[in-house]
Amino acid sequence: MTAVAGEAPARARPVLTAPIRWRLTGATASRVLSQLRHDPRTVVMLVVVPSLLMVLLRYVLDNAFALNRFAPEFIGVFPFIIMFIITAVTTQRERARGTLERLMAMPLGKLDLLAGYAIAFGLVALVQVGVVLLISLTWLGVQLPGSVVPLLVVAVLDALLGMSLGLFASAFARTEFQAVQFMPAFVLPQALLCGIVVARDQMTDVLRWLSDVLPLSYAVDAMQRISAGAAWSGTVTRDIVVILGFTVAALAGGALTLRRRTQ
Amino acid sequence: MASPVTEAAASASDLVVRRQGHVILDGLTFTLPRGRVTGLLGPSGCGKTTLMRTLVGVQVIDAGELTLLGLPAGDPRLRSRLGYSTQEHAVYGDLTLAENLRYFGTVLGLPRSRLADTITQTVTTLDLTGLEHRLVDTFSGGQLARADLAVALLAEPDLLVLDEPTVGLDPVLRRDLWAVFHRLAAGGATLLVSSHVMDEAARCDHLMFMREGRFLAAASPGEILTETGTADLESAFLALASHSQAVRP
Repeated sequence: MTAVAGEAPARARPVLTAPIRWRLTGATASRVLSQLRHDPRTVVMLVVVPSLLMVLLRYVLDNAFALNRFAPEFIGVFPFIIMFIITAVTTQRERARGTLERLMAMPLGKLDLLAGYAIAFGLVALVQVGVVLLISLTWLGVQLPGSVVPLLVVAVLDALLGMSLGLFASAFARTEFQAVQFMPAFVLPQALLCGIVVARDQMTDVLRWLSDVLPLSYAVDAMQRISAGAAWSGTVTRDIVVILGFTVAALAGGALTLRRRTQ
Repeated sequence: MASPVTEAAASASDLVVRRQGHVILDGLTFTLPRGRVTGLLGPSGCGKTTLMRTLVGVQVIDAGELTLLGLPAGDPRLRSRLGYSTQEHAVYGDLTLAENLRYFGTVLGLPRSRLADTITQTVTTLDLTGLEHRLVDTFSGGQLARADLAVALLAEPDLLVLDEPTVGLDPVLRRDLWAVFHRLAAGGATLLVSSHVMDEAARCDHLMFMREGRFLAAASPGEILTETGTADLESAFLALASHSQAVRP
Protein backbone atom coordinates (compact mmCIF):
# COMPACT_ATOMS: atom_id res chain seq x y z
CA MET A 1 0.00 0.00 0.00
CA THR A 2 2.91 2.36 -0.54
CA ALA A 3 4.07 4.32 -3.54
CA VAL A 4 7.11 2.38 -4.64
CA ALA A 5 9.92 3.99 -6.58
CA GLY A 6 9.55 4.21 -10.34
CA GLU A 7 5.95 3.09 -10.33
CA ALA A 8 4.53 6.60 -10.82
CA PRO A 9 0.98 5.38 -10.15
CA ALA A 10 -0.79 8.59 -11.22
CA ARG A 11 0.74 8.49 -14.70
CA ALA A 12 0.03 4.83 -15.28
CA ARG A 13 -3.72 5.45 -15.06
CA PRO A 14 -5.75 6.42 -18.11
CA VAL A 15 -6.22 10.13 -18.77
CA LEU A 16 -9.89 10.32 -17.96
CA THR A 17 -10.65 7.87 -15.20
CA ALA A 18 -13.86 8.88 -13.51
CA PRO A 19 -17.16 9.44 -15.25
CA ILE A 20 -18.32 13.03 -15.34
CA ARG A 21 -19.85 14.26 -12.05
CA TRP A 22 -22.48 16.88 -12.76
CA ARG A 23 -22.35 18.64 -9.39
CA LEU A 24 -18.64 19.36 -9.82
CA THR A 25 -19.06 20.22 -13.50
CA GLY A 26 -21.93 22.58 -12.67
CA ALA A 27 -19.94 24.19 -9.86
CA THR A 28 -17.01 24.74 -12.22
CA ALA A 29 -19.23 26.23 -14.94
CA SER A 30 -20.90 28.56 -12.47
CA ARG A 31 -17.51 29.54 -11.02
CA VAL A 32 -16.21 30.47 -14.50
CA LEU A 33 -19.38 32.49 -15.19
CA SER A 34 -19.05 34.26 -11.80
CA GLN A 35 -15.49 35.24 -12.71
CA LEU A 36 -16.83 36.76 -15.94
CA ARG A 37 -19.65 38.50 -14.06
CA HIS A 38 -17.08 40.33 -11.92
CA ASP A 39 -15.37 41.53 -15.08
CA PRO A 40 -18.10 43.48 -16.92
CA ARG A 41 -15.66 45.02 -19.38
CA THR A 42 -14.71 41.59 -20.71
CA VAL A 43 -18.37 40.61 -20.95
CA VAL A 44 -19.17 43.76 -22.93
CA MET A 45 -16.26 43.08 -25.26
CA LEU A 46 -17.29 39.45 -25.71
CA VAL A 47 -20.81 40.42 -26.70
CA VAL A 48 -20.29 43.75 -28.46
CA VAL A 49 -17.01 43.39 -30.38
CA PRO A 50 -18.19 40.74 -32.89
CA SER A 51 -21.29 42.79 -33.63
CA LEU A 52 -19.23 45.96 -34.10
CA LEU A 53 -16.94 44.10 -36.49
CA MET A 54 -19.97 42.89 -38.41
CA VAL A 55 -21.24 46.47 -38.72
CA LEU A 56 -17.79 47.46 -39.92
CA LEU A 57 -17.83 44.63 -42.47
CA ARG A 58 -21.22 45.81 -43.72
CA TYR A 59 -19.89 49.29 -44.48
CA VAL A 60 -16.49 48.17 -45.76
CA LEU A 61 -18.10 45.84 -48.30
CA ASP A 62 -21.05 48.19 -48.90
CA ASN A 63 -22.57 45.59 -51.20
CA ALA A 64 -25.55 43.42 -50.28
CA PHE A 65 -24.42 40.46 -52.42
CA ALA A 66 -20.91 40.36 -50.89
CA LEU A 67 -22.30 40.84 -47.36
CA ASN A 68 -24.70 37.91 -47.72
CA ARG A 69 -21.76 35.80 -48.92
CA PHE A 70 -19.27 36.77 -46.16
CA ALA A 71 -21.45 37.44 -43.10
CA PRO A 72 -22.19 33.78 -42.20
CA GLU A 73 -18.50 32.87 -42.53
CA PHE A 74 -17.53 35.68 -40.18
CA ILE A 75 -20.24 34.65 -37.74
CA GLY A 76 -18.51 31.25 -37.63
CA VAL A 77 -15.00 32.64 -37.24
CA PHE A 78 -15.53 35.32 -34.52
CA PRO A 79 -16.54 33.01 -31.69
CA PHE A 80 -13.77 30.59 -32.72
CA ILE A 81 -11.08 33.28 -32.39
CA ILE A 82 -12.45 34.92 -29.25
CA MET A 83 -12.99 31.63 -27.40
CA PHE A 84 -9.47 30.56 -28.35
CA ILE A 85 -8.01 33.65 -26.70
CA ILE A 86 -10.09 33.70 -23.53
CA THR A 87 -9.61 29.99 -22.89
CA ALA A 88 -5.86 30.11 -23.53
CA VAL A 89 -5.48 33.06 -21.14
CA THR A 90 -7.86 31.75 -18.45
CA THR A 91 -6.23 28.32 -18.35
CA GLN A 92 -2.73 29.79 -18.36
CA ARG A 93 -3.82 31.99 -15.42
CA GLU A 94 -5.10 28.92 -13.53
CA ARG A 95 -1.71 27.29 -13.99
CA ALA A 96 0.30 30.39 -13.03
CA ARG A 97 -1.85 31.32 -10.03
CA GLY A 98 -1.64 27.82 -8.57
CA THR A 99 -5.41 27.21 -8.55
CA LEU A 100 -4.99 24.39 -11.08
CA GLU A 101 -2.49 22.62 -8.82
CA ARG A 102 -4.82 23.14 -5.87
CA LEU A 103 -7.75 21.64 -7.82
CA MET A 104 -5.59 18.72 -8.94
CA ALA A 105 -4.83 17.99 -5.27
CA MET A 106 -8.61 17.94 -4.63
CA PRO A 107 -11.23 15.38 -5.69
CA LEU A 108 -11.96 17.17 -8.98
CA GLY A 109 -11.75 15.09 -12.16
CA LYS A 110 -10.11 16.52 -15.26
CA LEU A 111 -13.31 15.83 -17.15
CA ASP A 112 -15.33 17.77 -14.56
CA LEU A 113 -13.04 20.75 -15.05
CA LEU A 114 -13.01 20.59 -18.87
CA ALA A 115 -16.76 20.07 -19.15
CA GLY A 116 -17.34 22.95 -16.72
CA TYR A 117 -15.30 25.24 -18.93
CA ALA A 118 -17.06 23.97 -22.06
CA ILE A 119 -20.53 24.62 -20.60
CA ALA A 120 -19.66 28.11 -19.35
CA PHE A 121 -17.94 29.25 -22.53
CA GLY A 122 -20.55 27.48 -24.68
CA LEU A 123 -23.24 29.64 -23.03
CA VAL A 124 -21.16 32.77 -23.60
CA ALA A 125 -20.73 31.77 -27.26
CA LEU A 126 -24.48 31.28 -27.59
CA VAL A 127 -25.13 34.85 -26.39
CA GLN A 128 -22.33 36.22 -28.53
CA VAL A 129 -23.51 34.51 -31.71
CA GLY A 130 -27.17 35.24 -30.90
CA VAL A 131 -26.50 39.00 -30.68
CA VAL A 132 -24.38 39.14 -33.82
CA LEU A 133 -26.99 37.13 -35.75
CA LEU A 134 -29.81 39.34 -34.52
CA ILE A 135 -28.00 42.53 -35.56
CA SER A 136 -26.96 41.04 -38.91
CA LEU A 137 -30.45 39.84 -39.81
CA THR A 138 -32.31 42.97 -38.71
CA TRP A 139 -30.24 46.17 -38.80
CA LEU A 140 -27.67 45.08 -41.38
CA GLY A 141 -30.27 43.37 -43.58
CA VAL A 142 -28.31 40.17 -44.19
CA GLN A 143 -30.46 37.75 -46.22
CA LEU A 144 -30.19 34.05 -45.37
CA PRO A 145 -32.06 31.55 -47.52
CA GLY A 146 -31.46 28.86 -44.89
CA SER A 147 -32.84 28.62 -41.37
CA VAL A 148 -31.18 30.32 -38.41
CA VAL A 149 -31.11 27.49 -35.87
CA PRO A 150 -28.55 25.25 -37.66
CA LEU A 151 -26.40 28.32 -38.19
CA LEU A 152 -26.50 29.03 -34.45
CA VAL A 153 -25.68 25.39 -33.65
CA VAL A 154 -22.66 25.31 -35.97
CA ALA A 155 -21.43 28.70 -34.70
CA VAL A 156 -21.54 27.42 -31.10
CA LEU A 157 -19.68 24.26 -32.17
CA ASP A 158 -17.06 26.54 -33.76
CA ALA A 159 -16.78 28.40 -30.45
CA LEU A 160 -16.26 25.11 -28.58
CA LEU A 161 -13.61 24.15 -31.13
CA GLY A 162 -11.80 27.43 -30.44
CA MET A 163 -12.14 26.79 -26.72
CA SER A 164 -10.64 23.31 -26.88
CA LEU A 165 -7.73 24.43 -29.09
CA GLY A 166 -7.09 27.35 -26.72
CA LEU A 167 -7.04 24.99 -23.77
CA PHE A 168 -4.55 22.74 -25.54
CA ALA A 169 -2.36 25.66 -26.66
CA SER A 170 -2.26 27.16 -23.15
CA ALA A 171 -0.22 24.19 -21.94
CA PHE A 172 2.67 25.48 -24.05
CA ALA A 173 2.47 29.05 -22.76
CA ARG A 174 4.60 30.03 -19.79
CA THR A 175 3.07 33.50 -19.52
CA GLU A 176 -0.24 35.16 -20.35
CA PHE A 177 1.67 37.17 -22.94
CA GLN A 178 2.69 33.99 -24.75
CA ALA A 179 -0.86 32.66 -24.52
CA VAL A 180 -2.13 35.73 -26.40
CA GLN A 181 0.65 35.32 -28.98
CA PHE A 182 -0.68 31.86 -29.80
CA MET A 183 -3.71 33.50 -31.37
CA PRO A 184 -1.84 34.71 -34.48
CA ALA A 185 0.25 31.51 -34.49
CA PHE A 186 -2.64 29.01 -34.26
CA VAL A 187 -5.53 30.98 -35.66
CA LEU A 188 -4.41 33.36 -38.41
CA PRO A 189 -2.96 30.64 -40.71
CA GLN A 190 -6.27 28.81 -40.40
CA ALA A 191 -8.18 32.00 -41.16
CA LEU A 192 -6.09 32.52 -44.32
CA LEU A 193 -6.52 28.91 -45.46
CA CYS A 194 -10.14 28.29 -44.48
CA GLY A 195 -11.64 29.56 -47.74
CA ILE A 196 -12.77 33.07 -46.79
CA VAL A 197 -9.90 34.94 -48.45
CA VAL A 198 -9.52 32.60 -51.43
CA ALA A 199 -11.91 29.76 -52.26
CA ARG A 200 -10.35 26.45 -51.30
CA ASP A 201 -10.69 24.90 -54.77
CA GLN A 202 -8.63 27.77 -56.24
CA MET A 203 -5.64 27.11 -53.96
CA THR A 204 -2.49 25.28 -55.11
CA ASP A 205 -2.39 21.60 -54.12
CA VAL A 206 -0.08 22.07 -51.15
CA LEU A 207 -2.15 24.88 -49.67
CA ARG A 208 -5.37 22.93 -50.25
CA TRP A 209 -3.93 19.87 -48.47
CA LEU A 210 -2.99 22.14 -45.58
CA SER A 211 -6.48 23.60 -45.66
CA ASP A 212 -7.92 20.07 -45.66
CA VAL A 213 -6.29 19.18 -42.33
CA LEU A 214 -7.17 22.42 -40.52
CA PRO A 215 -10.45 22.42 -38.57
CA LEU A 216 -11.53 26.00 -39.34
CA SER A 217 -11.91 25.06 -43.03
CA TYR A 218 -14.73 22.70 -42.09
CA ALA A 219 -16.31 25.27 -39.77
CA VAL A 220 -16.43 27.84 -42.55
CA ASP A 221 -17.59 25.28 -45.11
CA ALA A 222 -20.52 24.31 -42.89
CA MET A 223 -21.50 27.95 -42.34
CA GLN A 224 -21.35 28.58 -46.12
CA ARG A 225 -23.52 25.59 -46.96
CA ILE A 226 -26.12 26.20 -44.27
CA SER A 227 -26.47 29.89 -45.07
CA ALA A 228 -26.83 29.07 -48.76
CA GLY A 229 -29.99 27.21 -47.83
CA ALA A 230 -28.63 23.69 -48.28
CA ALA A 231 -30.49 22.67 -45.10
CA TRP A 232 -28.86 19.53 -43.69
CA SER A 233 -26.80 17.78 -46.36
CA GLY A 234 -24.29 14.95 -46.09
CA THR A 235 -21.43 17.42 -46.50
CA VAL A 236 -22.68 19.52 -43.60
CA THR A 237 -22.87 16.39 -41.46
CA ARG A 238 -19.30 15.52 -42.46
CA ASP A 239 -18.18 19.06 -41.56
CA ILE A 240 -19.83 18.81 -38.16
CA VAL A 241 -18.28 15.40 -37.48
CA VAL A 242 -14.84 16.84 -38.33
CA ILE A 243 -15.41 19.88 -36.06
CA LEU A 244 -16.53 17.64 -33.20
CA GLY A 245 -13.63 15.28 -33.83
CA PHE A 246 -11.08 18.09 -33.59
CA THR A 247 -12.81 19.43 -30.46
CA VAL A 248 -12.70 16.06 -28.70
CA ALA A 249 -9.09 15.44 -29.80
CA ALA A 250 -7.99 18.87 -28.55
CA LEU A 251 -9.84 18.33 -25.25
CA ALA A 252 -8.16 14.95 -24.82
CA GLY A 253 -4.81 16.61 -25.62
CA GLY A 254 -5.68 19.33 -23.12
CA ALA A 255 -6.56 16.71 -20.50
CA LEU A 256 -3.15 15.11 -21.04
CA THR A 257 -1.51 18.44 -20.27
CA LEU A 258 -3.48 18.80 -17.02
CA ARG A 259 -1.08 16.74 -14.95
CA ARG A 260 -1.99 15.74 -11.43
CA ARG A 261 1.65 15.03 -10.78
CA THR A 262 4.50 16.95 -12.31
CA GLN A 263 8.24 16.32 -12.40
CA MET B 1 -10.96 7.42 14.04
CA ALA B 2 -10.16 3.75 13.73
CA SER B 3 -6.37 4.01 13.75
CA PRO B 4 -4.54 4.13 17.08
CA VAL B 5 -3.28 7.52 18.26
CA THR B 6 0.30 6.34 18.21
CA GLU B 7 0.24 5.70 14.47
CA ALA B 8 2.02 8.31 12.36
CA ALA B 9 -0.12 10.45 10.05
CA ALA B 10 2.59 10.20 7.40
CA SER B 11 5.80 8.26 7.05
CA ALA B 12 8.51 8.28 4.43
CA SER B 13 11.59 6.22 3.88
CA ASP B 14 14.51 7.11 1.60
CA LEU B 15 12.35 9.56 -0.32
CA VAL B 16 14.13 10.93 -3.40
CA VAL B 17 12.79 13.62 -5.73
CA ARG B 18 14.68 15.07 -8.67
CA ARG B 19 13.63 18.11 -10.67
CA GLN B 20 15.34 19.01 -13.95
CA GLY B 21 18.22 16.68 -13.16
CA HIS B 22 18.88 18.11 -9.69
CA VAL B 23 18.34 16.10 -6.53
CA ILE B 24 15.89 18.17 -4.45
CA LEU B 25 14.96 15.62 -1.80
CA ASP B 26 17.98 13.48 -1.03
CA GLY B 27 16.73 10.30 0.64
CA LEU B 28 14.42 11.62 3.39
CA THR B 29 13.15 9.31 6.13
CA PHE B 30 10.66 10.75 8.61
CA THR B 31 7.28 10.41 10.31
CA LEU B 32 4.70 13.06 11.08
CA PRO B 33 3.21 12.40 14.53
CA ARG B 34 -0.59 12.40 14.49
CA GLY B 35 -2.36 15.27 16.25
CA ARG B 36 0.80 17.40 16.42
CA VAL B 37 2.10 20.54 14.76
CA THR B 38 5.35 19.71 12.99
CA GLY B 39 7.53 22.56 11.84
CA LEU B 40 9.55 22.20 8.64
CA LEU B 41 12.36 24.72 8.91
CA GLY B 42 15.18 25.61 6.62
CA PRO B 43 16.48 28.30 4.28
CA SER B 44 14.75 29.18 1.00
CA GLY B 45 15.54 26.64 -1.70
CA CYS B 46 16.31 23.76 0.68
CA GLY B 47 13.43 21.64 -0.64
CA LYS B 48 10.57 22.50 1.76
CA THR B 49 8.05 23.28 -0.97
CA THR B 50 9.00 20.18 -2.99
CA LEU B 51 8.54 18.00 0.11
CA MET B 52 5.10 19.54 0.68
CA ARG B 53 4.09 19.06 -2.96
CA THR B 54 5.22 15.45 -2.68
CA LEU B 55 3.08 14.93 0.42
CA VAL B 56 -0.09 16.25 -1.24
CA GLY B 57 0.53 14.06 -4.28
CA VAL B 58 1.27 16.60 -7.02
CA GLN B 59 4.98 15.78 -7.32
CA VAL B 60 6.40 12.69 -9.02
CA ILE B 61 8.49 10.57 -6.63
CA ASP B 62 11.75 9.18 -8.03
CA ALA B 63 12.61 6.69 -5.27
CA GLY B 64 11.55 5.66 -1.79
CA GLU B 65 8.21 5.21 -0.10
CA LEU B 66 5.67 7.68 1.22
CA THR B 67 2.47 6.75 3.07
CA LEU B 68 -0.17 9.19 4.34
CA LEU B 69 -3.09 8.19 6.57
CA GLY B 70 -2.39 4.58 5.60
CA LEU B 71 -2.52 5.25 1.86
CA PRO B 72 0.25 5.82 -0.71
CA ALA B 73 0.98 9.44 -1.66
CA GLY B 74 -1.18 10.52 -4.60
CA ASP B 75 -4.00 8.04 -3.84
CA PRO B 76 -7.31 9.60 -4.98
CA ARG B 77 -8.90 8.70 -1.61
CA LEU B 78 -6.53 11.17 0.05
CA ARG B 79 -7.71 14.15 -1.95
CA SER B 80 -10.61 15.08 0.32
CA ARG B 81 -8.65 14.35 3.52
CA LEU B 82 -5.68 16.65 2.87
CA GLY B 83 -5.61 20.42 3.20
CA TYR B 84 -2.93 22.21 1.21
CA SER B 85 -1.97 25.84 1.21
CA THR B 86 0.73 27.20 -1.09
CA GLN B 87 2.90 30.30 -0.94
CA GLU B 88 1.37 31.76 -4.09
CA HIS B 89 -2.10 31.90 -2.47
CA ALA B 90 -4.03 29.81 -4.94
CA VAL B 91 -7.46 31.48 -4.78
CA TYR B 92 -9.41 33.21 -7.54
CA GLY B 93 -8.76 36.95 -7.35
CA ASP B 94 -11.77 37.74 -9.53
CA LEU B 95 -14.21 35.98 -7.19
CA THR B 96 -15.43 37.03 -3.76
CA LEU B 97 -14.22 35.12 -0.71
CA ALA B 98 -17.62 33.43 -0.35
CA GLU B 99 -17.64 32.40 -4.02
CA ASN B 100 -14.13 30.95 -3.67
CA LEU B 101 -15.11 28.98 -0.58
CA ARG B 102 -18.38 27.76 -2.11
CA TYR B 103 -16.55 26.49 -5.20
CA PHE B 104 -13.69 24.78 -3.37
CA GLY B 105 -16.13 23.43 -0.76
CA THR B 106 -18.24 21.84 -3.49
CA VAL B 107 -15.15 20.38 -5.15
CA LEU B 108 -14.10 18.94 -1.79
CA GLY B 109 -17.45 17.19 -1.60
CA LEU B 110 -19.05 19.10 1.30
CA PRO B 111 -22.76 18.35 1.27
CA ARG B 112 -24.94 21.24 0.07
CA SER B 113 -26.78 21.39 3.41
CA ARG B 114 -23.57 21.92 5.40
CA LEU B 115 -21.76 24.21 2.96
CA ALA B 116 -23.02 27.58 4.25
CA ASP B 117 -22.41 26.69 7.92
CA THR B 118 -18.94 25.35 7.21
CA ILE B 119 -18.03 28.52 5.32
CA THR B 120 -19.27 30.76 8.16
CA GLN B 121 -17.33 28.70 10.67
CA THR B 122 -14.08 28.79 8.65
CA VAL B 123 -14.43 32.52 7.99
CA THR B 124 -14.90 33.10 11.73
CA THR B 125 -11.92 30.91 12.68
CA LEU B 126 -9.64 32.95 10.42
CA ASP B 127 -11.13 36.29 11.45
CA LEU B 128 -12.31 37.09 7.92
CA THR B 129 -15.88 37.96 8.94
CA GLY B 130 -17.23 40.90 6.96
CA LEU B 131 -15.01 40.21 3.96
CA GLU B 132 -17.14 37.41 2.48
CA HIS B 133 -18.57 39.52 -0.33
CA ARG B 134 -15.45 41.37 -1.32
CA LEU B 135 -13.36 40.41 -4.34
CA VAL B 136 -10.20 38.60 -3.24
CA ASP B 137 -8.14 40.87 -5.55
CA THR B 138 -8.89 43.76 -3.17
CA PHE B 139 -7.53 41.88 -0.11
CA SER B 140 -4.38 42.91 1.74
CA GLY B 141 -1.48 40.45 1.92
CA GLY B 142 -2.58 39.16 5.32
CA GLN B 143 -6.21 38.77 4.25
CA LEU B 144 -5.12 36.93 1.11
CA ALA B 145 -2.95 34.54 3.14
CA ARG B 146 -5.93 33.79 5.41
CA ALA B 147 -8.30 33.37 2.44
CA ASP B 148 -5.89 30.76 1.13
CA LEU B 149 -5.76 29.05 4.54
CA ALA B 150 -9.55 29.09 4.66
CA VAL B 151 -9.65 26.88 1.55
CA ALA B 152 -7.15 24.49 3.15
CA LEU B 153 -9.17 24.26 6.40
CA LEU B 154 -12.58 24.06 4.75
CA ALA B 155 -13.13 20.30 4.65
CA GLU B 156 -11.72 19.71 8.16
CA PRO B 157 -8.82 17.68 6.76
CA ASP B 158 -6.98 15.01 8.76
CA LEU B 159 -3.64 16.27 7.47
CA LEU B 160 -2.86 19.92 6.79
CA VAL B 161 0.19 20.86 4.73
CA LEU B 162 0.83 24.59 4.99
CA ASP B 163 3.67 26.20 3.05
CA GLU B 164 4.91 29.32 4.87
CA PRO B 165 1.39 30.34 5.97
CA THR B 166 2.52 33.16 8.24
CA VAL B 167 5.14 34.81 6.05
CA GLY B 168 4.84 38.59 6.02
CA LEU B 169 1.97 38.66 8.52
CA ASP B 170 1.74 41.06 11.42
CA PRO B 171 2.85 39.56 14.77
CA VAL B 172 -0.62 39.61 16.34
CA LEU B 173 -2.07 37.76 13.39
CA ARG B 174 0.79 35.26 13.47
CA ARG B 175 0.19 34.53 17.12
CA ASP B 176 -3.54 34.04 16.44
CA LEU B 177 -2.87 31.69 13.52
CA TRP B 178 -0.52 29.57 15.61
CA ALA B 179 -3.28 29.33 18.20
CA VAL B 180 -5.62 28.10 15.44
CA PHE B 181 -3.03 25.52 14.33
CA HIS B 182 -2.70 24.15 17.88
CA ARG B 183 -6.47 24.08 18.32
CA LEU B 184 -6.80 22.01 15.13
CA ALA B 185 -4.06 19.65 16.34
CA ALA B 186 -5.84 19.29 19.69
CA GLY B 187 -8.91 18.30 17.67
CA GLY B 188 -6.97 15.41 16.12
CA ALA B 189 -5.58 16.95 12.93
CA THR B 190 -1.95 16.62 11.94
CA LEU B 191 -0.21 19.73 10.69
CA LEU B 192 3.01 20.29 8.79
CA VAL B 193 3.92 23.98 8.72
CA SER B 194 6.96 25.27 6.87
CA SER B 195 8.86 28.42 7.67
CA HIS B 196 12.24 29.96 6.99
CA VAL B 197 11.99 32.07 10.16
CA MET B 198 13.56 30.37 13.19
CA ASP B 199 11.46 32.19 15.78
CA GLU B 200 8.48 30.13 14.60
CA ALA B 201 10.28 26.89 15.38
CA ALA B 202 9.65 27.25 19.10
CA ARG B 203 5.88 27.23 18.49
CA CYS B 204 5.96 23.67 17.07
CA ASP B 205 5.51 20.36 18.90
CA HIS B 206 7.96 18.63 16.62
CA LEU B 207 10.65 20.00 14.31
CA MET B 208 12.35 18.95 11.12
CA PHE B 209 15.41 21.04 10.25
CA MET B 210 16.13 20.86 6.54
CA ARG B 211 19.11 21.95 4.48
CA GLU B 212 20.04 21.12 0.87
CA GLY B 213 17.46 18.35 0.56
CA ARG B 214 18.40 16.54 3.77
CA PHE B 215 17.30 16.65 7.37
CA LEU B 216 19.75 18.01 9.93
CA ALA B 217 17.50 16.96 12.79
CA ALA B 218 13.97 15.74 13.51
CA ALA B 219 12.86 15.96 17.14
CA SER B 220 11.02 18.19 19.61
CA PRO B 221 12.42 21.71 20.18
CA GLY B 222 13.51 20.71 23.71
CA GLU B 223 15.35 17.63 22.50
CA ILE B 224 17.14 19.61 19.80
CA LEU B 225 18.31 22.23 22.31
CA THR B 226 19.52 19.55 24.74
CA GLU B 227 21.30 17.57 22.07
CA THR B 228 23.11 20.56 20.57
CA GLY B 229 23.74 22.21 23.94
CA THR B 230 22.51 25.55 22.58
CA ALA B 231 20.26 28.17 24.15
CA ASP B 232 18.05 28.91 21.15
CA LEU B 233 16.90 27.13 17.99
CA GLU B 234 18.72 29.48 15.61
CA SER B 235 22.05 28.54 17.24
CA ALA B 236 20.99 24.90 17.22
CA PHE B 237 20.38 25.07 13.46
CA LEU B 238 23.80 26.68 12.90
CA ALA B 239 25.51 24.07 15.06
CA LEU B 240 23.80 21.24 13.20
CA ALA B 241 24.55 22.79 9.79
CA SER B 242 28.28 23.20 10.47
CA HIS B 243 28.45 19.70 11.94
CA SER B 244 26.81 18.17 8.85
CA GLN B 245 29.20 20.07 6.59
CA ALA B 246 32.16 18.73 8.56
CA VAL B 247 31.11 15.10 8.24
CA ARG B 248 30.01 15.25 4.62
CA PRO B 249 32.60 14.28 1.98
